[in-house]
Amino acid sequence: MLARLGIEPGDEAYYAEQLSGILEHIDRLQQLDTEHIPPTAQVVEVASRLREDEPRPSLTQEEALANAPAAVNGFFRVPSIQEET
Amino acid sequence: MTDDLTRLTVKEAHRLLRLGSVSAADMVTAHVERIERLDPHVKAYLRFTPELWEKQAAEADRLIHEGESRPLLGIPIAIKDVLCVRGVETTAGSQILKGFRPPYTATAVQRLFDAGALMLGVTNCDEFAMGSSTENSSYFPTRNPWDLERVPGGSSGGSAAAVAAGEAMIALGTDTGGSIRQPAALCGVVGMKPTYGRVSRYGLIAFASSLDQVGPFARSVDDAAVVLSLMSGFDPLDATSSERPGMEVLNNYGAGVKGMRLGVPREYYDVKGIEPGVKAAIDAALAVLRMQGAETVDVSLPHTDYGLAAYYIIAPAECSSNLARFDGVRYGLSEVDAPNITEQYLETRRKGFGGEVLRRVMLGTYALSSGYYDAYYLKAQKVRTLIKRDFDEAFKKCDAIVSATSPTVAFPLGAKTQDPLSMYLCDVLTLGGNLAGLPGISVPCGTSDGLPVGLQVLAPQWGENVALRVARAYEEASQVTAQVADVV
Repeated sequence: MLARLGIEPGDEAYYAEQLSGILEHIDRLQQLDTEHIPPTAQVVEVASRLREDEPRPSLTQEEALANAPAAVNGFFRVPSIQEET
Repeated sequence: MTDDLTRLTVKEAHRLLRLGSVSAADMVTAHVERIERLDPHVKAYLRFTPELWEKQAAEADRLIHEGESRPLLGIPIAIKDVLCVRGVETTAGSQILKGFRPPYTATAVQRLFDAGALMLGVTNCDEFAMGSSTENSSYFPTRNPWDLERVPGGSSGGSAAAVAAGEAMIALGTDTGGSIRQPAALCGVVGMKPTYGRVSRYGLIAFASSLDQVGPFARSVDDAAVVLSLMSGFDPLDATSSERPGMEVLNNYGAGVKGMRLGVPREYYDVKGIEPGVKAAIDAALAVLRMQGAETVDVSLPHTDYGLAAYYIIAPAECSSNLARFDGVRYGLSEVDAPNITEQYLETRRKGFGGEVLRRVMLGTYALSSGYYDAYYLKAQKVRTLIKRDFDEAFKKCDAIVSATSPTVAFPLGAKTQDPLSMYLCDVLTLGGNLAGLPGISVPCGTSDGLPVGLQVLAPQWGENVALRVARAYEEASQVTAQVADVV
């Protein structure tokens, strides 16, 4: 549910079994002592780059909405996000 | 005669085009005819782009007529279905992006267009580049041009098969754990993954952002080198793009291997499941390189056994985050008439994602979730450090690392689809290069049971020229070059 995935009813056990097998393999990581090892999130040294905060050309509203499954009055249309009271 | 044009390397085609003995339009015609004849069997392409090739070929012929020379003028290329091309349907092999027409073009593709290339079409791949056989494509599996009952490898299987079958002279792929090198090996062509940061990821539909790189497929090392040099170099639109000059990938790469030290990691050489025929082909390739004056040295990558486990935390974690954007609101498939927004998300993603994507999103979400983060994600990042250090240590003893690209030759369709772990093991020799950010190339090095074997050369970060140098020296001395498969 956290991942917002809909799963076909009846497929839960199939995935659970496969994921258990994968997690079993992954558990070997626990054999390694990594207490004093720093994590690597970014493998190549690149300095953080910031650009000037200046206006520049970007997508037009029409282009941004061109792929929208549903658009209304220049907005993306979505179902209601609140329960009706 | 026109069929011969589909067997040329870029170097040869470039010469003929410049001499005026063939036109860009002839190049297109030859390739389209071959595609019409072979692709119903190979199924390398998802869709074709006549509106682009007609315009680009006319422009190329005009420029050639005016005496202008560009490195890829009139060269037909194919693009993996994960690289955006403005106005061309791009779906990452997934139903969830069906109908998506990007409003911009990926930098890597644009640079090849600027160099004069003609786009033939979009090639098939595993959904969101997750897989090692192209069987996870939500459209259809691609076949190996050397044996239609076998897979081409993956995830860039369509690109590899197109180049191997003479259905494109160059193709672009992406490599997150081996997705360029492994299919190149299984289809008998050259495939190269650059150093992380060498080629811009702008316009690439992201799978695992700290691992993804774009790279070329070609039928010679020279062709791969020139295409890579054209794509490389700084792009302000990718925050991890390196400022190093792209042309440095070509530095001295034709110098031969005399005096070079080539590391043979014992964990790769004797990797579990390596086929005897693959090992024999690698032994023969090492002998060729020694004959050329290289020294082979024994090295060790002691954390190899943990690479797959670390990779299958890091890549799914990043993918679960990247794929959150596919919610049916802004593009692609949508259950827009769902009763509420949560139902819209659930239904859109249930209908839009295939099994492998679901597995990885579940795995990644689990690894990042509160209470499991330290045990899984943080642990995997620490092991990533250990794996990178293994390579750093090994490169103190050698200039480049050589091994098989894949422990096996191409396997039959369906052989690994029921057991995800067995499919993941296809990448055991390639994913270390992604975790450590290294450049790597696979070149054809003979056959086993009649199927192609690939030799992988890994180099230190920013050492594309070193990897290319070893690959080119091998190709030249062995006379083993990528062949065009005649399929039927």
